[in-house]
Amino acid sequence: MKKAINLSVNGVSRTDEVEPRMLLVHYLRDVLDLTGTHVGCETSLCGACTVMLDGQAVKSCTLFAVQADGSAVTTIEGLAQNGELHPVQEGFWEKHGLQCGYCTPGMIVTAAQLLERNAAPSREEICHGLDGNLCRCTGYQHIIEAVEYAAAKKAGQS
Amino acid sequence: MTNNYVGKRVKRTEDPRLIRGLAHYVDDVALPGTLHVTFVRSIYAHAKITGIDTSAALSTPGVVAVYTGQDVAGKIGPVPCASALPELKVPDHRVLATDKVYFVGHPIAAIVATDRYAARDAVDLVMVDYEELPVVTDVEQAANGGPVIHEAFGDNIAYKLTSGEGDIDAAFTAADRTVKQRILHNRLAPIAMEPRGVLARYFPGEEELTIWSSTQIPHLMRTQVALMIGIPENKLRVITPEVGGGFGSKLNVYSEEALLGWIAMQLGKPVKWIETRRENMQATIHGRGQVGDIEVGFKNDGTLTGLRYSVFADLGAYHQLLTPAIPTLTGLMLSGAYKIPAIQMNITGCFTNKMATDAYRGAGRPEATYVVERALDLVAAELGVDPAEVRRKNFPSPDEFPFHTATGLDYDSGDYETALNKAQEIIGYAQLREEQKKARDEGRLIGIGVSTYVEICALGPSQAMPAGGWESATVRIEPTGKVTVLTGASPHGQGQETSFAQIVADELGVNINDVTVIHGDTGVVQYGIGTFGSRATAVGGTAVFVAVQKLKEKAQKIAAHMLKADASHILFEGGKYSLQAAAAASATGVSEPVVPVGQAPAGALPEPETDGKSNLTIQDIALAAHLAKDLPPDTEPGLSATYFFEPKNFTFPFGTHIAVVEVDHETGDIKFLRYVAVDDCGRVINPMLVDGQVHGGIVQSIGQAMYEEVVYDEQGQLVTGTLMDYAVPRAKHIPNFELDRTETPSPVNPLGVKGVGEAGTIGATPAIVGAIVDALAPFGVRHLDMPVKPENVWRIINGN
Repeated sequence: MKKAINLSVNGVSRTDEVEPRMLLVHYLRDVLDLTGTHVGCETSLCGACTVMLDGQAVKSCTLFAVQADGSAVTTIEGLAQNGELHPVQEGFWEKHGLQCGYCTPGMIVTAAQLLERNAAPSREEICHGLDGNLCRCTGYQHIIEAVEYAAAKKAGQS
Repeated sequence: MTNNYVGKRVKRTEDPRLIRGLAHYVDDVALPGTLHVTFVRSIYAHAKITGIDTSAALSTPGVVAVYTGQDVAGKIGPVPCASALPELKVPDHRVLATDKVYFVGHPIAAIVATDRYAARDAVDLVMVDYEELPVVTDVEQAANGGPVIHEAFGDNIAYKLTSGEGDIDAAFTAADRTVKQRILHNRLAPIAMEPRGVLARYFPGEEELTIWSSTQIPHLMRTQVALMIGIPENKLRVITPEVGGGFGSKLNVYSEEALLGWIAMQLGKPVKWIETRRENMQATIHGRGQVGDIEVGFKNDGTLTGLRYSVFADLGAYHQLLTPAIPTLTGLMLSGAYKIPAIQMNITGCFTNKMATDAYRGAGRPEATYVVERALDLVAAELGVDPAEVRRKNFPSPDEFPFHTATGLDYDSGDYETALNKAQEIIGYAQLREEQKKARDEGRLIGIGVSTYVEICALGPSQAMPAGGWESATVRIEPTGKVTVLTGASPHGQGQETSFAQIVADELGVNINDVTVIHGDTGVVQYGIGTFGSRATAVGGTAVFVAVQKLKEKAQKIAAHMLKADASHILFEGGKYSLQAAAAASATGVSEPVVPVGQAPAGALPEPETDGKSNLTIQDIALAAHLAKDLPPDTEPGLSATYFFEPKNFTFPFGTHIAVVEVDHETGDIKFLRYVAVDDCGRVINPMLVDGQVHGGIVQSIGQAMYEEVVYDEQGQLVTGTLMDYAVPRAKHIPNFELDRTETPSPVNPLGVKGVGEAGTIGATPAIVGAIVDALAPFGVRHLDMPVKPENVWRIINGN
């Protein structure tokens, strides 16, 4: 019953045999040991499981691993390059955009993708972009500031 | 001292692992051969179990075992309740239901399988026969002749309690006027983003059980679980890895924690259970859940004479750890920030066919603040005066502290008017009221809400706590000079790995990166109480601070010995011990080397050198203390100190929150225009962390005030069983917070800190509801129950 999948995860090619019903998040966490992607609700409502699938932020708790066959997946572990934090990661650290850290990987991945689409989002656009991600600790203000910090940082780099 | 980390915005040392996805929460801990556990839970709120057939589940590939209530009866003790109120009825709370179920989500059977999918499949294969019983979900119906839940008790009243001081009847006689209001405190779900989770592993040879649990109280849990499953406490190790939020929901001891430990011992294999969000909504404690009547007496000039609050507390079906105690905390804080000569609280705690209520961020105190602040608004409305002025009129002045309340507390310190003034100044209060008037004339509905709250933190003196209110710390300097701090507090997002390191680095004059704070492992850390009740810094931080002082005393003696001087002549500054100038002048040249210099064997630690040195770093001393070749007489080797701090009193942070909202005529939608919070949490260790706590707390208040509500229908079915139905605030729902502070140090601890973890959930709801009510004042509205939804608002505007 298992099905072979080929995909790239954080730039590394993977070939695995998985049960057709295995969720992408469980594939990432249990098979690849990439436990930075979290499960917070199993129903696509909280966003803790957000990863990038071919450049789009998606909820990996409601995708099957087989749906990622042939795709490129980026998880929180794949954002930092050559030991250097992604600007959004840096923003979260600088602006205290996290407390317990559980929603953080999903938030960061979502924010990173938001900035890919919109390099200079307004506060309203940031809030809209993060609408699928819940945080219970921070009250969001520092998260919004973290995304603004990252946008400014990226603008300075380019 | 020299570094001055304390008081600065120091970035968190926790963050690098968290932002890179490299931290470990319970479900990220992988042990080879782990079995997965799922639970069969009741689909009825009240029913007899007439049969359980586990055969189909047991014959499913991958299923290893199924345990029912009968299987564990007599083997696992009841889920504990630590509250000891007089004549409290305590139901026998078994880890799995045996003959009856009492709420939707009540665990009935545990399934163990080789993977999580098989374990989940098998849940549907356990056949439970139920005989439905009448259900009671309304707390007043439960109190007044509704179906009895625990038959042995005869009724649903778990306890009745009257508290307060002063002559309440005389207080109302002395009043020129009284106002009454019935108010509701909506039942809430804490929703830590990481649901609960337990991993248990047993080594039969060593007879050692290790439980990883997402808990706020590793040591208290170890004690209770050891008692429940009958393992010696010193053979049980509890580890709390990263904990993804708690908010009180993990300040508890749950069925699953004991069961997983017991199952691991039965099977000799690691077992893991990770709560689903649906289970989290059903079977992790809820918060609030009170309905009560306020009566407040006052003079025509606004002076308060007395307050009475009679409340029905919805306890749910069973007591969890602190369930019955939570409403009593409401009673403690009913004086708010005001001089009220007489206060009376009458609590009727009732069982209902719902999940237990317990400590949710604020835990009884948000209810108190809401009662008092709503009462003050009602008084202001009755007298036709500004709500801020009624508050100002009744504040105790700063020189009246310690201030004794008619609820039996002694507030440590406070300057309520300064916080109010500052908030009014920031928001431009007088002008704002003018603008509001103008807007009303233009047909716009703008409202301003004021809350001048006080809260009770640093829980607490042991006298007032069920299981000790102290906190512990060990500070140790390793041979290589690195500083290790072991704290009994068990933070889970609050940032004490950073703030405690700030305290220690300052006191020792070392780099903050040389300090590591370890917590949440009973195998490593001395017994501690945990993180809740805004206590971690005020109580746990103080323990760290005092432990450092003890360590420095010892280091001073060793330094004196090494520098061949009297300890009283040794100065510690900038991380270095040196001879004071006067003593140095009289010293007789170069001192003898304290440590004999010889050929060190390979791998030996470098030996500290003192010859020719006039000063020593604390790390030099730590190494000398570790090598112990020449220590002062009667000095223990090593450089380590442990302290258990027992606070003499609670602390009482306070502040003023002002919310400004606009209500949409057409839709009833409520929009924030401004939100100013001036909080006073005593001395601030890290302002960035304090701001984060305030933001998060206020947003949970926004949730309570405008969105969140746990709803059970008449059959006791949980209507708000997912995050689709239970509305947690999102980024778009928040105002732009304008925060400021006043700083009134607490005299209760040497750090002067008070605590800030719950301020936002305690101070904000009355400001938000007050603002919405004020916006609707032209329609004659004086009070609205939470959550205030656009629909309620629209109906008021449209008169239906």
